[in-house]
Amino acid sequence: MTAAVEIAGITKRFGEVVAVDNIDLQIDDGEFFAMLGPSGCGKTTTLRMIAGLEFPTEGSLKIFGNEVGTLPPNKRPVNTVFQNYALFPHMSVRDNVSFGLRMQGTTKSEANRRAGELIELVQLTGLESRKPGQLSGGQQQRVALARALVNKPKVLLLDEPLGALDLKLRQEMQNELKSLQRELGVSFVFVTHDQEEALTMSDRIAVMDKGKLLQVGTAEELYERPLNRFVADFIGQTNLLDATVADDDMIVLGNGTKIKAPNPHSPGTKVAMSLRPEAIEIGRRGDVPADHVATSLNGVVSAMNYLGHSLVYQVKIDWIDLEVRTDPVASEDRLGPGDDVSIWWDRTADWVVPDE
Amino acid sequence: MSIIEQTVDEPIDGLVATPEFEAANEAQQRRRGFLMALPAFAYLILFFAVPLVIVIVYSFATRNRFGGTDLNGWNLESYRGLGDDLVRQILVRSVVLAAITTVICLLIAYPFAYYMSTRRPAVRNLMLVGVMIPFWTNFLVRNYAWYVILGTDGPFSQVTEFVGIGETRLLFTQTAVVMGLVYGFLPFMILPLYAAIERIDGRLLEASRDLYANGFQSFRHVLLPLSMPGVIAGSILVFIPSLGAYVTPEILGGAKTTLLGSYIVTQFLSARNMPFGASLSTVLMIVMLTATLVYFRKGGRTL
Repeated sequence: MTAAVEIAGITKRFGEVVAVDNIDLQIDDGEFFAMLGPSGCGKTTTLRMIAGLEFPTEGSLKIFGNEVGTLPPNKRPVNTVFQNYALFPHMSVRDNVSFGLRMQGTTKSEANRRAGELIELVQLTGLESRKPGQLSGGQQQRVALARALVNKPKVLLLDEPLGALDLKLRQEMQNELKSLQRELGVSFVFVTHDQEEALTMSDRIAVMDKGKLLQVGTAEELYERPLNRFVADFIGQTNLLDATVADDDMIVLGNGTKIKAPNPHSPGTKVAMSLRPEAIEIGRRGDVPADHVATSLNGVVSAMNYLGHSLVYQVKIDWIDLEVRTDPVASEDRLGPGDDVSIWWDRTADWVVPDE
Repeated sequence: MSIIEQTVDEPIDGLVATPEFEAANEAQQRRRGFLMALPAFAYLILFFAVPLVIVIVYSFATRNRFGGTDLNGWNLESYRGLGDDLVRQILVRSVVLAAITTVICLLIAYPFAYYMSTRRPAVRNLMLVGVMIPFWTNFLVRNYAWYVILGTDGPFSQVTEFVGIGETRLLFTQTAVVMGLVYGFLPFMILPLYAAIERIDGRLLEASRDLYANGFQSFRHVLLPLSMPGVIAGSILVFIPSLGAYVTPEILGGAKTTLLGSYIVTQFLSARNMPFGASLSTVLMIVMLTATLVYFRKGGRTL
C-alpha cells in the first residue's frame, strides 16, 4: 500500500536556522496522525511543507506516491485547517466553504450544493449567509473544517485547530474530529503541542523537538517505551533518574545505588531511568517485598496531596524528589510528611533511555 | 472615526460608578474635549468655512462691467456658463486626465505597496521613508525639475535618443502633465494601499492557495477585495487633487492644455469674472464631496 504521505530526508532551513532537520516519516492512508512537540520544534513547518506553503530545502516529499516537493499548494490533493482558521472575512459561510470548488471551476450552483452538504455535516445549517465575524470560535472552526473537507482532500492537515477553543469545547471537538475522521476514512495530520490531545485522538504520534523527529509510535509505545529522555519527559508525567549503565542488567544511580534494570545500552552510557508515578509502590521503611529489593529505594515523604481519585506523595530520595501516585487509602493508613519510607517497582515498570 | 469610538473610557472593575457620577463625568469630559479642539475649530471656521461660504455666495452674484462683483441681484447666470463648449471641453479633459493619473498611480502603487508590506520591518520603514522623501522638497521646485527633465534636449529625451527611440518632445503635452501628476500624487496612493494591505492576514492568502486558487485568483478573490478600502481611499486622494491641479498643468502643460484649475484661476485673476470662477469651484467641490461620500458609504475607514 502506498503511504498517504512519505517524507524522506526532509530538511528545511530559514537562513541559518534549521527548522526541520533531516526527518523521515510515513503517514498511512486513513490514519489519524499527530505531530507533537513544543513550539518551535518544526512540526508546523513540516505540516506546511506537506501543504506546499513551504518548500523543503532538501529531501523528498511524496503524496500517494507522487513527488510534490516544489508543487504549489493549489496543485496538491491536500487541504489545511489553519490555526485561527484563516476564514475569508469578506465572504459568507457558504462562499467560504464553496471557495475551493469554485477555484477549481465547479459551477456556482454545484459548488453551493456541495457546500450545503458540508455545512450540514458540520451542523451549521441556517448560518450560510453569516460572515465569519458573526460566528463563535467553535462555529468558525467548523467552517474551517467544512471549507477544507468540501474538496475531498486525500489528506487533511490541521494546524493546532483546537488551540483557540476553551476546554469544554475543545474536548467536544476532539471527539467530533475523531469520529469525522473515521467516517470519512481520510488521513488527518494533526499538529499540536498538547500531549493529552495527541494521546486521545491519534492512531500514531510523531514527537519532534528542535527540528528533529524523536520518535513515532502509538500512544502506548510512546508512553511505555520512549526512545529517549525528551519523549519520556514530554509524554505524560514521569520521574527521571540520572544513571550510568553498569551492565545489561544493572544501572548505577547518581548517588551510587545499584538498581536492577535490564537495558540494551553499553556499559558506561549515561542514561535516565523513567519511573511513572503510578508505577511506583510506597510503604514504610523496610516493607519492601523480598522480590523487589533490587528495584527499591529509601526516602522520606516531604508532602502528600489528596486528589480524590489518587494520593500523590513527594518523596525525597537523597538527591532527588520523586512523585508517587497511589490509590486512595483510609486516612489512618496514609503516610505523612517526615515518614521514613521505601519505594519499589516492578522490574518491567522502569524504562531506561539514553540521556541526551 | 473609529479611534474616537475606541477611546471611550471603560469603567474600571470594582469602582462602582453611579449614574449621576457617570453623567457628570461624561459632561466634564465633553467640555474638556471641546476646549482642546477649540483652536482647531476657530482656525477652520475662520480660514476654511468662511472663505468657502464667500465662494458659494459669489457664485450667485453678478459680474459688473468693470470686472468687479455686485453683491446684489442674485442669479444663476454663472452656472449657465458651465454649459459652454469650451468649459465642457476643459471639464472633460480634466476628468479624463485625473482618471488616467489615478489608474496609473494605482497600477504602480499596488505592487509596490504589496511588496513593501511583505518585507521585514526594517526594510519597510526604509521604503516608507523613500516614499516620503520627495515631500522634503517644495512641490513647485519638483515640478520645475520635471520641466527640466522633459524639456527639449533634457535628460529624458537624451535617454530615449540613446536607446534608439529617438528624440522625444513631451514638455507641454498632456502626457507630460500626467507624468507630473503621477509623480506628485503617487505617495497618496501608496500610503493608504500599504496601510490596507499590511493589515491583511497573510494566512488568508495561504488559505486561498491551499484551496486551489492560483496566484491571480488569490489576488482577485482575496487580496483585492480585502484591500478595497485602500484602493478607494488612494484613488480619492489622487483623483481629487489631480482634478483641481494647478501647478503641474501650468508648468508642464503649457498653454495648450488648459485644465480646470488653471481655468478657474484665469476667471478670478485675468478674466475678472469672479462669479463664474466661483461657480466652477463650487461644482468642483460638489463633485469631490460626492466622491468622498461614496467612499465612506462603501465602508472605508482608512482615510
